[in-house]
Amino acid sequence: MKKEIMQGNAAVARGAWEAGVKVAAAYPGTPSSEILRDIADTYPEIYPEWAPNEKVAVEVAAGAALTGIRAMAAMKHVGLNVAADPFMTLAYTGIKGGMVIVVADDPNVHSSQNEQDSRNWARFAKVPMLEPADGQECKDFTKMAFEISEKFDTPVLLRTETRVAHSDSPVVQGEREETTTPIGLDPKDTPKYVMVPINVRVRRKVVEERMKKLEAYADKFKYNVMEINDTKIGVISSGVSYLYTKEVFPEWSYLKLGMVWPLPKKMIAAFFKKVKKVIVVEELDPFLETEIKAMGYKVFHGKDVIPNMYELSPEIVERSLKGKAYKPPKIRVKPEDLPRRPPNLCAGCSHRPLFYALKKLGAYVFGDIGCYTLAAAPPLQALHSCICMGASVGMAHGAMKALGNEGLGKVCAVIGDSTFLHGGVTPLMDVVYNRGNSTTIILDNRITGMTGHQEHPGTGFTIRQEPTHMIDYEELGKALGIKSIRKIDPYDIKGCMEIIGEEMAKNEPSLIVCKNSPCMMLRRAKPLERFKNPFYVIDTDKCRGCRMCLEINCPAISWRAGEGETKDGHKRKGTVYINRDQCVGCEVCTQICKFEAIVPGQK
Amino acid sequence: MKKNIKKNGKVTNIFLSGVGGQGTILASNILAEVFLKAGYDVKKAEVHGMAQRGGDVTTHFRFGKKVYSPIIKYGDVDFLLSFELLESIRYINWVKPEGKIVINNQEIFPPAVNLGMAQYPQDVEKAFKKYFKENVHLVNGQEIAKNLGNMQAANVVLVGAFSNFFPEIKDEQWIEALKTLLAPKLHDLNIKAFYEGKKAL
Repeated sequence: MKKEIMQGNAAVARGAWEAGVKVAAAYPGTPSSEILRDIADTYPEIYPEWAPNEKVAVEVAAGAALTGIRAMAAMKHVGLNVAADPFMTLAYTGIKGGMVIVVADDPNVHSSQNEQDSRNWARFAKVPMLEPADGQECKDFTKMAFEISEKFDTPVLLRTETRVAHSDSPVVQGEREETTTPIGLDPKDTPKYVMVPINVRVRRKVVEERMKKLEAYADKFKYNVMEINDTKIGVISSGVSYLYTKEVFPEWSYLKLGMVWPLPKKMIAAFFKKVKKVIVVEELDPFLETEIKAMGYKVFHGKDVIPNMYELSPEIVERSLKGKAYKPPKIRVKPEDLPRRPPNLCAGCSHRPLFYALKKLGAYVFGDIGCYTLAAAPPLQALHSCICMGASVGMAHGAMKALGNEGLGKVCAVIGDSTFLHGGVTPLMDVVYNRGNSTTIILDNRITGMTGHQEHPGTGFTIRQEPTHMIDYEELGKALGIKSIRKIDPYDIKGCMEIIGEEMAKNEPSLIVCKNSPCMMLRRAKPLERFKNPFYVIDTDKCRGCRMCLEINCPAISWRAGEGETKDGHKRKGTVYINRDQCVGCEVCTQICKFEAIVPGQK
Repeated sequence: MKKNIKKNGKVTNIFLSGVGGQGTILASNILAEVFLKAGYDVKKAEVHGMAQRGGDVTTHFRFGKKVYSPIIKYGDVDFLLSFELLESIRYINWVKPEGKIVINNQEIFPPAVNLGMAQYPQDVEKAFKKYFKENVHLVNGQEIAKNLGNMQAANVVLVGAFSNFFPEIKDEQWIEALKTLLAPKLHDLNIKAFYEGKKAL
């Protein structure tokens, strides 16, 4: 059998393909984004799509599964918040073909706005949840999830997390098996799928009966595994937490749960009989621990020593369980003494001049989810909130309603193109409908940037690069009823300040769309073509070391300390330096320099 | 090879660090491919997402008979392979006392240094040598790659240098992995980069 190294996400995609999946939908979100990309690039038998948001992705998968085929939706943890509405009720209706929702958690918030533990959704919605630990399990559990889905007529959650989704390990490759469920829509099933009260009450009972059956199934589930070694201590764990613990304490006994909801009650009872003391090791919430304690068992250690926030690691598990006996490695250099290296906007990025303009205007900027959230960091510090996809638009409207005329000229919302289409259209409708006066700026960089360049309804291409309709933001704004719609060139700082200043001051809804400002890494949009010169250099005869250009935090510009003076005799404490390998010639710094000290470089 | 594995049940921990865009992830993919084909169990973990925007990038790579955790335990690194000086010293405490270190001799300033608010650490090599003596190796990856005509190949130069620590793996196995992972038009350049790197250490 062929073994290949696969990322967890690629293994989920492979599992879906081997399980005979025909439709898969997702909205990109770290750490889940590669699942749909892999499906689109590798498996022609599956129809893939980037949905505008996770709610739509789940609905697309549900509609497809209702015809009898197998379908999947994938998202990051906060994506399931967006999709919660269809998800919670699909738990009542059940499905026809298998339906799996992949939800990828992000403990330690490597790239997210919160750290929620998605296992709670399984208990909340009363659906089963599987949790793989590595690539092989990602593939196997995905296939198993479809079997469970069809066997019990329920959507199934597959929970991964950053260290599973973005880890690579060997995966044995299998073949695709087509499903045999007849395909078609049957109006006879209507009471099962029309969730009006009379039908809901019927399904409500089915859900409870299903949970009972699933509990019995969990006791026989082949990926709930007991490993009896030294019986002094037994660990109940799942996913990557199991791997960390096994790494540090290989001699202990284990109950590794492949299914984290519902729990295998008989198996847990048997484990408690076999070992003297039980420790529960899990990341984030005391999910297993609470349930196990509620069953009446005494847990020797759990969240009393294991942290309930951030991610675990072999070190943290060892330190937590050994307590004072843990010997930390020797500190040779204090890492906190070293300069940090936070992510930064790319050299030439169109967000940089726009946020510089907003800063100069002194605006309170309601922000959103995307690369531009980086504008909150010093020295730009020109973005003041970031809650969830689309929140900027509604929050700016609410703030303007609260502030009244006091807010005019001082507040705006900024939102990326992909984020706007995900969750910004509905609140923009609200601004117009409820006679608001807030200003919304769409930072259109022609792609979903931060998650690694996924297409969306505004790019003109599908996930498989087929040409498709491209949304025109100005036309959309008009249709919503906005009268004041303006275009800006974000690279023109003065122009931006004028237009944004005017629009923020207007007592009516405004929409501003950034034009000709593609992501620096989006090759097909040829982002460098608009720049006249390949790079710029500092004329050290003129640079006074005023540090104004450092305010934009361009990765190509750095400070060089050293006393000296300009050609015309101005004393200075240093000069700036432009790294020509990094400079793309965007001319943002040249607009800021008051001394004409930044000049075109010669190749 | 199978025999070797039986004799040596221990897991080898390789920690790679660098800056987004330096090719750290490709380098770790090469390692994973090579050691999988050589008959080992392998696991590799990295963080994507915001790290792509010029932030620090780290990859944990582990191989052995059976590997559980995808993450190396703090203090258990056998080999530190770093693509940038500041990103090497940041992880000095992770390395075992007898660990081996290969560092690309390149400085990439983080924002605080660019702004003149922090100092780029001086004497990174000295700090490592104080603790690890002759086990510290600096490689001029950029210079070597530039001479080959493409700075982008610096990561493979480093992999070439690093390959010296694994005499049981033949050159062909490394080259095979390079070919599997890179587009055909990049093969010649990277094979040269691998051999030049190998000579550099």
